[in-house]
Amino acid sequence: MTLDVTGLRKVYPTGDEALKGVDVSVGGSETTAMIGPSGAGKSTFIRCINRLTEPTEGSIELDGTDLTGLDDDGLREARRDIGMIFQEYNLVERLTVMENVLTGRLGYVSGWQAFRRSFPPDDVERAYEILERVGLGEMEDKRVDELSGGQRQRVGIARAVVQQPTILLVDEPTSSLDPETSNTVMRLLTEIAAEREIPVLINIHEVDLATEYADRIVGLHDGEVVFDGPPDDLHDGALDRVYRGGDPPESDAPPADETAASDSSVGSEPGGERASADGVVSPDGGTTDRPGPGEP
Amino acid sequence: MSGIDAARSWDRFDRRRRIGRFLGLLGAFVVFAASWRYLDTGITNVETVPREIRDLLTRMYPPDVAYAPEIVEPLIETVHIAALGTAGALVLAIPVALLAAENTTPNAATYWLGKLIVTVSRSVNTIVWALIFVVVFGSGPLAGAVAIAFRSVGFLGKLLGEEIEEIDFGQVEAVRAAGASSVQVLLYGILPQVKPALVGLSVYRWEINVRDSTILGFVGAGGIGVQLFRAVNAFAWQSVATILIVVLGVVLASEAISASARRMVR
Repeated sequence: MTLDVTGLRKVYPTGDEALKGVDVSVGGSETTAMIGPSGAGKSTFIRCINRLTEPTEGSIELDGTDLTGLDDDGLREARRDIGMIFQEYNLVERLTVMENVLTGRLGYVSGWQAFRRSFPPDDVERAYEILERVGLGEMEDKRVDELSGGQRQRVGIARAVVQQPTILLVDEPTSSLDPETSNTVMRLLTEIAAEREIPVLINIHEVDLATEYADRIVGLHDGEVVFDGPPDDLHDGALDRVYRGGDPPESDAPPADETAASDSSVGSEPGGERASADGVVSPDGGTTDRPGPGEP
Repeated sequence: MSGIDAARSWDRFDRRRRIGRFLGLLGAFVVFAASWRYLDTGITNVETVPREIRDLLTRMYPPDVAYAPEIVEPLIETVHIAALGTAGALVLAIPVALLAAENTTPNAATYWLGKLIVTVSRSVNTIVWALIFVVVFGSGPLAGAVAIAFRSVGFLGKLLGEEIEEIDFGQVEAVRAAGASSVQVLLYGILPQVKPALVGLSVYRWEINVRDSTILGFVGAGGIGVQLFRAVNAFAWQSVATILIVVLGVVLASEAISASARRMVR
């Protein structure tokens, strides 16, 4: 399973250039964490892959198929193989846990079957197994709006995994969760990826979580890849490039800069990062990116 | 107390705003006075009003109880007209709402088409729709039910469309990201989110339609209105009283059902 993204550009109608020609390939069963400040284009990148956001230029090849050239039917078929997990979980709040999980199988049933909630027995069995795997056994008939944040994100994971995807895209899975639940969710994601031998691409702004769980880090700054390598290579200089766009600090760089760029302070200051984009329609934020009228 | 130097003054409105407010108020009075004069509304015969009311009430009393069995059937017809009309409106209103909601309409042309259907439906009164459909289908309850449906499409389409515009689009995107077709996106992403509104609005509209269908008979479109119109024309005031009391009962019952149904759906 390989995903090859080449020369990906995205220019929003407002004129913001969110991605300025990004080349990234992921494959095997490695977990890749994409880090970068808010507005760097992380979400845009992930949303372009399954074309929830239409890319402006470039190619996105999943196992040799260029997703950018697909028509509606082709795109639907391709999306069945791409599992996606969202920051705000994006579960259908008024449906039950089981209904939400089975949403992952919609690509394989007719509209009428979907309406009658009659999914093939295999799908239902698989859904039960995955619910048990994520620790939500016996919860299938609970309505999602009764669940806690951590439980919801686990339903989100189950929904993506039941698709039997060939790749998992994960958009800021932990930013709505407390630190402990964040760890659980990250562990679950990497374990499932290993069990199913599929690559996982995670957007995350918490650098410490990224380095702890990912096999590889991709740093994005202002729509460009400024770092790509194993977590061990992510030194202060590289972090500075990712979060400040600066060149690697000279030997006489002020010590204050060094501390500010260290893992913990960057990872624990999402508010500080956001402040830079304050008042600007962030091309990065999935919530601010209102889909145009033509999309549904 | 003394010794305060009142150097600073404070006014809620500056001069221009004061004049503007005065002119606005003056305008409202002029409109009221003009309407009063145009309609030649007098209070000249005010002394006859209490006498007329007393006269009408004595002629209505006691209500004609023997007439009651005759209006049972038209009454049932009235309720059926309301139910059928509301059901028809609901079927038509869902696609109209999807067109008239900015986030689900396919393009600008369909958006305006949706808005147009809503506006046309709403700007024509039920009784006028009934007049049209009595010509089309002949007099009878069918014309009434279709009239009710045509008037209700605009109401339901507009309010349901507004509900659709309020939904959380993230939920819709997640369903779409799993490879769902547009019908499935509607069923799993949109419909669950507007379901309480859908039920609440249709029950509410059904309640309005029960009231509306009691007068459809005035133009021959079926229901209890036929009897009411006939009784009024025949000056059979005791029968009129019976009908009004029964209609009041039906409307109260429908309001109670509507209120409890809306409470149940959360």
